Amino acid sequence: MTLTPATRMGLSIAVAVGLYGVSFGALGVAAGLSVWQTQVFSLVMFTGGSQFAFIGAGGGPAGAVSALLLGVRNLVYAAELKGQLRPPPALWPLTAQMTIDESFATAVAQDDPAEKRRGFWTAGTGIFVTWNLFTLVGALVGASLGSPRTYGLDGAAVAAFLGLLWPRLAGGDAIATGIVCAVVTIALVPLLPNGVPLLVAAAVAAGIGIGRGR
Amino acid sequence: MTAWTWILVAAIGCYLLKLGGYLIPLAWVEHPVVARATTAMTVGLLASLVALNTLTDGGRIVLDARLVGLAAAGVALWLRAPYLLVVVLGALATALGRVAGLP
Repeated sequence: MTLTPATRMGLSIAVAVGLYGVSFGALGVAAGLSVWQTQVFSLVMFTGGSQFAFIGAGGGPAGAVSALLLGVRNLVYAAELKGQLRPPPALWPLTAQMTIDESFATAVAQDDPAEKRRGFWTAGTGIFVTWNLFTLVGALVGASLGSPRTYGLDGAAVAAFLGLLWPRLAGGDAIATGIVCAVVTIALVPLLPNGVPLLVAAAVAAGIGIGRGR
Repeated sequence: MTAWTWILVAAIGCYLLKLGGYLIPLAWVEHPVVARATTAMTVGLLASLVALNTLTDGGRIVLDARLVGLAAAGVALWLRAPYLLVVVLGALATALGRVAGLP
């Protein structure tokens, strides 16, 4: 296989992004999931933000709802990629699973339709392989570490979410939305059951987004 | 068993959202109101998760060494450190905070 600009971009993203599957694996078992449960997230859910969100929201129904809410952006990517890649319907189930932040970004960065396809598939399948491999490594290492607090793994979760948020804070509007939602969350924690403040913050954010256009 | 239930609901649901994008008309998701709501909700959810994981434990407000981890991660991101390094520094700073006597 000869490397084109799109496949080269896809492969380098696959290595860089796959590596932080280690942090998901380690945080998964630190949060009380088994190695297998942690792996199912990377195999079936396969969308980093939602995977971290499930754990960060404490699992259960609140974890599931926050994972699904964060997964809505993949629906938007998928609808856009359907137009740009024109995959045959038989490939939709597989194309869907590879639809994530990075494969979307790699595809839309190319001009030529064939390059878009090469970029999408290289980044998507490449990350699927590395992300799952490093999730397993992280889960096995995490399982052997013992108490997560000793190694500051609870601080790793904080850093993981800040790292996911950071690139989305382009512009004053996004920063303001982030601050409002963080404040709303903390203000509601003492008043509402576990998990609910996060969902209120999501609703507030959606309201801010809709209101902004007026 | 119930832990598995929510894991499978979330994992399969996230997959179906991806698949759904190939099944619905593009115009639906390109509607400006939907686009603005989705973008803002992603930022809001992640900000809320940062706050929850820094300042709460089991539904209570708790101030501890995780604040040091947050500060270290913020500085690392500001200096354009790669993601994995940010996560490692967050853990390291939190662990060092505990060594220094913080809860």
